[in-house]
Formats: sequence, structure tokens, C-alpha cells
Amino acid sequence: MTDLDQFRAETRAWLEANCPPEMREPIRSEKDSVWGGRDQSAMTPAQKQWMDAMGAKGWTVPDWPKEYGGGGLSAAETKILREEMAKLRCRNPLSSFGISMLGPALLKYGTEEQKKDHLPKIARGEIRWCQGYSEPNAGSDLASLATSAEDKGDHFLINGQKVWTSYANYADWIFCLVRTDKTNKHNGISFVLFDMQTPGVSTKPILLISGYSPFCETFFDNVKVPKENLVGELNKGWDVAKYLLGHEREMISNMGLGGGGKNPLIEGAIATIGLDHDGRLADPLLRAKIAEFEVRSKAFAAQSERFIDELKAGRAHPAQPSMMKYYGTELNKARHELLMASGGSDNLEWESERSRGGAPARDWLRTKANSIEGGTSEVQLNIISKRILELPGA
Amino acid sequence: MMPLFLNEDQTMLRDTARDFVADAAPVSHMRKLRDDKDQTGFSRDLWKQFADMGFTGILIGEDQGGLGLGHVEAGIVLEEIGRNLSPSPFLQTAVAAVEAMKGTPHAERWFPGIVAGETVAALAIDEGAKFRNSVGMKAERAGNGFKLTGAKQFVQHGHVADVLIVAARTAGSADDENGVTLFAVPKDAAGMTATAERLTDASLAARIEFDGVEVDADAVIGEVDAGRTPLARLLRASQAGAAAEMLGVGTGAMDMTVNYLKERKQFGTLIGTFQALQHRASHLYSEMEVARAAVLKAQQLLDASDEKADTAVSVAKAMTGLATMLSVQEGIQMHGGIGMTDEYDIGFYMKRQRVLAELFGDANFHADRLARAAGY
Repeated sequence: MTDLDQFRAETRAWLEANCPPEMREPIRSEKDSVWGGRDQSAMTPAQKQWMDAMGAKGWTVPDWPKEYGGGGLSAAETKILREEMAKLRCRNPLSSFGISMLGPALLKYGTEEQKKDHLPKIARGEIRWCQGYSEPNAGSDLASLATSAEDKGDHFLINGQKVWTSYANYADWIFCLVRTDKTNKHNGISFVLFDMQTPGVSTKPILLISGYSPFCETFFDNVKVPKENLVGELNKGWDVAKYLLGHEREMISNMGLGGGGKNPLIEGAIATIGLDHDGRLADPLLRAKIAEFEVRSKAFAAQSERFIDELKAGRAHPAQPSMMKYYGTELNKARHELLMASGGSDNLEWESERSRGGAPARDWLRTKANSIEGGTSEVQLNIISKRILELPGA
Repeated sequence: MMPLFLNEDQTMLRDTARDFVADAAPVSHMRKLRDDKDQTGFSRDLWKQFADMGFTGILIGEDQGGLGLGHVEAGIVLEEIGRNLSPSPFLQTAVAAVEAMKGTPHAERWFPGIVAGETVAALAIDEGAKFRNSVGMKAERAGNGFKLTGAKQFVQHGHVADVLIVAARTAGSADDENGVTLFAVPKDAAGMTATAERLTDASLAARIEFDGVEVDADAVIGEVDAGRTPLARLLRASQAGAAAEMLGVGTGAMDMTVNYLKERKQFGTLIGTFQALQHRASHLYSEMEVARAAVLKAQQLLDASDEKADTAVSVAKAMTGLATMLSVQEGIQMHGGIGMTDEYDIGFYMKRQRVLAELFGDANFHADRLARAAGY
């Protein structure tokens, strides 16, 4: 038995012993995702048990170094852990912007103090982070952001407004892009961290077409931020931001994957529409659309695996996350269109218990933001054109 | 599971194959064969060169004179064949026939010729214009062997092949799982009439009439009535191989098109600066990347004899069909008028893609197959 085989066997045994049965059920709505944070009162006992068990082993962030709360696993071990989790249908114990976005940026650009201070709390789900990027006048053209950070000696004084701040109203801390030089567009931006409880910070949820409020407007009114909370160099925040956006795109692209095990799209379509005498979905045109979608979805799963493998080996094109984000989000939108078509009028119910409070329709509407947030599909196509295909003047 | 990208040896093989095929059989080689009204369908000299490179024995074990490599490596060669539109019996002979005969007495008879680049095989599987899993052609017991009666079509290289792999029915009816037997029929078997038809892409495929063709019992590949087993193995390898070749066609067309966007000027500027074209090119790139991953996944699973290979092969064939169809369509459209001319190569890519898309089941066939397997 090789070391990896042994690791696989031990991992499987540990997962079987420690993953509660509730955490092996498919994710059915946003409420089933665990985000961590200071306030954990909304978590179910099983969610908390699973997050804490995985957090204690560092397996919420298996490939981060142990000294920062990670699992210290190699690329091969991380892959084995994911494979074994998939086989047992274990849910992701903790999804957070700390893990998928800030963590990698801190590992690359953070000081030793910043890493020691923030990363273990991210790994254990103790602090929930939000991302202060977009502004009312800085969407796709993010680098035109205007929120100002004035140098006051030992601290920055921050004034301005962010928008589309995901779950800012639930977040404990924010990583935020601020303008520290008005004369230089890209080289006048800095990347700072601060507590959302700092005086002068306020949030206002935005009600969306889904009836959900996943995003907020976030206001900064004379917010004092200690200078040691600057990540990377002054006026070089755009480098950190771009690095982090790559990770965000990677995370969003995962939405194209769907889960393992039962396929809710196919199960749902069979339940509503039924099979004909030949065992085919009784709506042949919808069946054809689902079948073609499934080809793309399965092929994209292979592409995701390839992309992660290339990334870990340092072989991925630096702009490949844009391709993944573009394809993954468009696929996810297509999936939800098919889910709605499969569910018919059942899926139109907005509040009923049968529809789990209108989850299918609300989730469908929510996906429409997938190709807008984190850089629109059009921006991703611009990036692919310029950086991968190297087309002129793009 | 190994990482989903080419390892060092495979990367070296790709570089070798890329240089070799581009040099020995570029698109101009295919164009010349067509213009010369070549009646063989490929260059026997090129097939010999493939053998000199070791490619013809790529899936044959080292103990039988081959390279002992796998489907990833065969796919690497096929992708270059696709990129250069090189007419070659590689897929039918070095991949499909080898996969069917492997581990049977037929290997001893046919593999030396394949390794040497002297033997060509063809697949007599299709009975209708659209690929199906049904086999209706009759094989009746006669004396010590069998008598084959019926017709096959879309038999690429069938008119010049030294050996035909023929699927026929020894029991039951056309759509039955059991009762199929696979035969290796030598070209000189009496009663066989092959009519070569030139296809859209200038390649030759035969319609073959079997008029009581008598073969010995030892012509059977595998077991009588249990031919579905070697046939399925042959088809999985052929489908993955056709996907790899198609990937090369689609990539070649895409590269040509992206280059054209960087050269062609209209309205006083390079047309590649137009966002309408940039976005379409980037979308195409994305589709092709996804197809590439699907193909490699299928090849790796085939090489690992993984039970998921069957699904992965259908995903690969369907996804490549969809992505490369977009590639050749966008190829002609973005080239504009010149793309419609025979003089320019991009049209050849569209024609070849169309043939490979049909071969061993198109995207619809494989999407349907996956749907059936998933219970809907």
C-alpha cells in the first residue's frame, strides 16, 4: 500500500466517522450552505458539528499550510480528500469569501502578522468576510472606483460607498478596495481590511428580483482603519484585487458543476413530466435540450478537473479563470432555465411550503446575477480575447 | 487518478507527432490527393512513414512489436491527423482493429503487417445512413464456418483494406444485445463487392455487398453470439479516437480563424479589433477547451479500464461534435468570402468535421445514449 493509498483509506474512515448524515444530503437551497462567522445561531447542530470537525483538522482549507490553520496537504492528498468527500456525498463544510478569495490573496501578499491573525479564523469559520469592490459608478470598469482613504498618519480615514457587497449585513470583516491616489487610475488603489463594527460602517440590503437580499449597499462615513491593515504595498492594491478576482472566478465557475449523486434536473423532470412507454422523458423536445445540456455539464466537469490540476501544477494560463467563470455561469443559468421548464407551474409558486418558499423560482432568478457579478460574461470574453487569443486592440 | 493534462512523455510525443504530421502530410498533401483523383484514399507511402515512427503499433504491446501505449497517446497522433486533415487509415487500423483483435489469435495474424505499415483494416459496421447500435446483417452457419449476407456502408478505406472487421448477426433480431458476432474478413473472400464512393471531404468510403461470403470459424473475433463485447470495445476506442481527430480539426480551424482576425483589415483596421468578432472567438475558445478536457478524460478512463469510460466517451464524442461544428462554422463566417473558395483551406475543415461528426454516432446519438443510461 502506498502512502497515498493509506491516506485515502484513513481519510475515508475519518469522513465516515465524522460527517453527520444530514451533511450528506444534497444541497437544496442557499440555507444549506454554511458561511461561518461570529454569529452562528442560524446554523443547525449538524452544520456546526461538521464545520468544527473539518476546521479542527484544517480540512476546510486542506492545501493551506498548517501554521495558518490549514491541513497542510499536498495537491495529490487534497485531490484524494475531495474525491472521498464526493464519494460519500459530504457537503462542503464551509464556503466563504475568506476561503475562496481573501485567503489566497493573504497567503501571497499578506504580512506574517496578517496571515497569523486572519487565516486560522477563516479556516475555522470564526470570522465571516465580505468583499468591498464594486461601487455605483465602478462596475465592469472596477478600476474607476472612488471610495477614498486619506492618510492620517497612523490610520486611513475612509469615506465612500460600495454596492453589490455580498452578505455585507452578515459579515464580520471586509476586504476593501480604496483610492489612495486620485491622479493614478490603476496604481492609485489600495487593498485594506477592517472590522464591519468599526464606527462609521453601515449596510443596507438590496431587495432583488428573487426576493432575496444577497447583496448590500455599504457606506463608509469617516471610518478609521489602522495602517497595519493595508495588504500589499500602498497604491498596489489592483494587483491584489486582480489576483483575488481570479480566485473568485474560479469559485463562481464551480456553479456550473452541479452536485454528485442524484441529478435534480433529471429527477425533477421525470417527476413532473413522466416517462413514455419507451422509458424516455415524455416531452421529447425538453428531453433533447436536457440531454444536450448534460453533455456540456459533464464535459465542463472534466474541464474543471483539468483546470484545477493545471492550476495546482502551475500550468494554467493566468487568464483561464475568465474562461471558467464565463462557461460555468452561463451553464448554471441554462441549468436553472431547464429546471424551471421541467417544474412547470409547480415551480412558479413563490411562498408555498411545497415549493420550499419559492426556492426553485428564487434560485432561478438568483442565477441571472451569476454572469454579472465578479465581472460580466462580456468582460470575461474581453479578457479571453486580449490575454489568451491575443487579439489586437482588445 | 493522474492529473488531467499530458505528462512529460506524452508532451514529447505530441511535439514529435506535431512536427512529423505537419511536415509529412499538411493540408496541401490532402489537396493534392484530391486534385489527382487518387483512388486509394490515402498515401501508402505516408502509412509506411507512420510505421517508421512507430505510430501504427501505438496500441500494440511491445512484445508484439508495438509501442505498448494507450488511448491518450493514440489520441495525440489523431489530433495531429485532424489538424492537418491528413488522409490516413490510422483510426480504423491502428486504433479500432487493434482494439478489437487484441488478445485474440487475430493479433498474431494481422498485427505484424499493421506494425510494418503494410496492412490496412476497415470497419464494416454501419447498415444505415445514421449510426445505430443495431446489427441486422445475417451470418449463417455453413460447413466449418459462416456465410455472410447483407450490406454495409460508410466503410472508410473498405475498398482497399486487407481485412474488414464485420459485425453480423448469428442469432436474434437487429436490436438484440445478444446474437451478434464479430468477424475478421480478409479482402480476398469470395462474394464481396466494394464500391468506393467519394465523400464530401474527398475521402473514400465503400458500400459493401456481402453475397454469401464464406468465412472459416477462425474468422470469428471473440465468441460466437457474444460479439457485442469486442464490438463495444472497438466502438469506445473508435469514438474516443474520432473525437480526438475532430478536436484537431476544430483546433486547426480555430487557430486559422484567430490568425485571420489578426491579419485581415477592413474599415481601415484589423477585423480582430471588433468586439462582435472577439466575443465569438472567445466563446469558441471556451467551447473548445471544454471539449479538449472531455476528450482527455475519456482517453484516460479508457486507459485505466475504468467503468466510467463508457459515459465519458459519449460525452467526449458529443461535446467535440458540438464544439468543432461551431469552430468550422465560425471559421467560414469570419473568413468571409474567401472562406467560401475552394482555393482556401478553411472549407476543407468544415467538410472533414462533418464526416467525423457522423462517424460512430453524432452528438445527438451520444446525448440520447447518455440520457437513456441516466434513465430518461
